[in-house]
Amino acid sequence: MREVYLDHAATTPVHHEVAALVEEHMLQVYGNPSSLHRFGRRARAAMEEARERVARAIAAEPEEIVFTSGGTESNNLALKGVAIRAGRGHLITTQVEHHAVLHTCEALEKQGFPITYLPVDRYGRVTPEQVAAAITADTVLVSVMMANNEVGTIQPIAAIGAICRERGVLLHTDAVQSFGQLNVDVRSLSVDLLTLSGHKVYGPKGVGALYVRRGVRLAPLMQGGGHERKRRPGTENVPGIVGLGKAAELASRDLPERARHLAAMRDRLTRGIQEKIGDVVLNGHPTERLPNNANLCFRYVEGESVLLALDSKGIGASSGSACTSGALEPSHVLMAMGLPHDLAQGSVRFSVGRQTTAEDIDYVLDVLPPSIGRLRAMSPLYAERVPEAPGACVTEEG
Amino acid sequence: MGESQVYNDKVMEHFFNPRNVGELEEPDGVGRVGNPVCGDIMKMEIKVSDGRIRDIKFMTFGCGAAIATSSIVTELVKGKTIEEAMEVTNHTVAQALGGLPAPKMHCSNLAADALHRAIENYRSRQNRT
Ligand SMILES: Cc1ncc(COP(=O)(O)O)c(C=O)c1O
Ligand code: FES
Repeated sequence: MREVYLDHAATTPVHHEVAALVEEHMLQVYGNPSSLHRFGRRARAAMEEARERVARAIAAEPEEIVFTSGGTESNNLALKGVAIRAGRGHLITTQVEHHAVLHTCEALEKQGFPITYLPVDRYGRVTPEQVAAAITADTVLVSVMMANNEVGTIQPIAAIGAICRERGVLLHTDAVQSFGQLNVDVRSLSVDLLTLSGHKVYGPKGVGALYVRRGVRLAPLMQGGGHERKRRPGTENVPGIVGLGKAAELASRDLPERARHLAAMRDRLTRGIQEKIGDVVLNGHPTERLPNNANLCFRYVEGESVLLALDSKGIGASSGSACTSGALEPSHVLMAMGLPHDLAQGSVRFSVGRQTTAEDIDYVLDVLPPSIGRLRAMSPLYAERVPEAPGACVTEEG
Repeated sequence: MGESQVYNDKVMEHFFNPRNVGELEEPDGVGRVGNPVCGDIMKMEIKVSDGRIRDIKFMTFGCGAAIATSSIVTELVKGKTIEEAMEVTNHTVAQALGGLPAPKMHCSNLAADALHRAIENYRSRQNRT
């Protein structure tokens, strides 16, 4: 059966150049980077080269890069690291952050740090003015994601960064999804902390980085050796780090071409779906969105059932529906954007990748309409709908 | 290809080939329930004569488990007396499907509830005439 992977926002297949380098370092560069001998020095050199590659990809200095176990840890380190080091203080974030930020904030809240969760508009955006208005004399950190993992909406980070600088508050951004799709430049964004993850950019899973601007002090999450300038103890994941370095280098080298390809594939998909299937809503911002993301609501059907139908045809996508999460609540992102419950239930996220082809998209466009049709035929909501004009495609405005 | 599935083969079979989908011409009882938490909705219609469910149809807006449980419940009770149908519980439904993943057990409530609601509706119509 043909297989089409359209869940690159969940994770990406490792780039062959990355895989080759990881294997080489697993097998041959096995020393401990802390060891004095040649084996250790070889591993350290490989790790430091990776650090330079990551730094270069985001216009940072190598010593500003801390390697971690991934996006989740980087987010935890940024938020808890700043808050715990400060001892007290107020944090500001948004209602649409990844759980690695939201649940970290909730944990800090329990420890007595007041948190403001900024609401978003119907596209999932916060404004710099909202951030400015929420800053108090006690605010120590603002954390706003660069682009959302579910709906792809891009936040105005540079403008928020300018405000934070002016008010003397640190700014963290989760750039896990943006990296490799948008230009991520820590200087022009005016951010103090920035999260990256390997497996979203064709690198290995379980490795990531936190950019920590020079001069920003963090309490470590764990106690141990003095690795990573005392910010992240533990023998470094050398093969993973080397893989992340290569993935970062490729991501920034290929950025314009990749972004163009992603947008072309994504647009082919959304346009095709809107032409072939009526009553489809595009979630997120119409233009200020990641080039690889198409988050759509198929009215009158539930997301998990769409995913099962797609999976049976070899297609991998994901859903913000409650039914897939086991949590029973639909996506907090779609809820924060004010989507009605039944509509959020029908959300499906397609995220294309660098290897997605026009044939892949056309295959999806062939199998999706009958699947949606079949599910609608058994939906009481479809039977009871107030019919739209035939073939009408509902947009955000509609 | 050996990947573990979310649902077992029987659930998937009912999901892809649901029995008794649709609406009845003149139903004797209609039951509609919604799961207030996940938002899923199920409607069941029955045709009754001589105390037996002669025909039954469903419409479901919901997850794979919701669709499969609606389908199997219609198979379970078609031809049964309404007393027998009232005995059907969410456990009967889940068992008939060979089990459901733990977070999906609540979906089987919906099917049993919709059926019971349809029967109650039938009974209340009977009392009125
Ligand atoms: C926006 C965002 N932040 C953080 C993470 C967590 O990254 P990781 O899977 O590397 O822990 C993800 C992906 O799951 C993400 O999409
Ligand atoms: S998750 Fe709602 S009925 Fe299954």
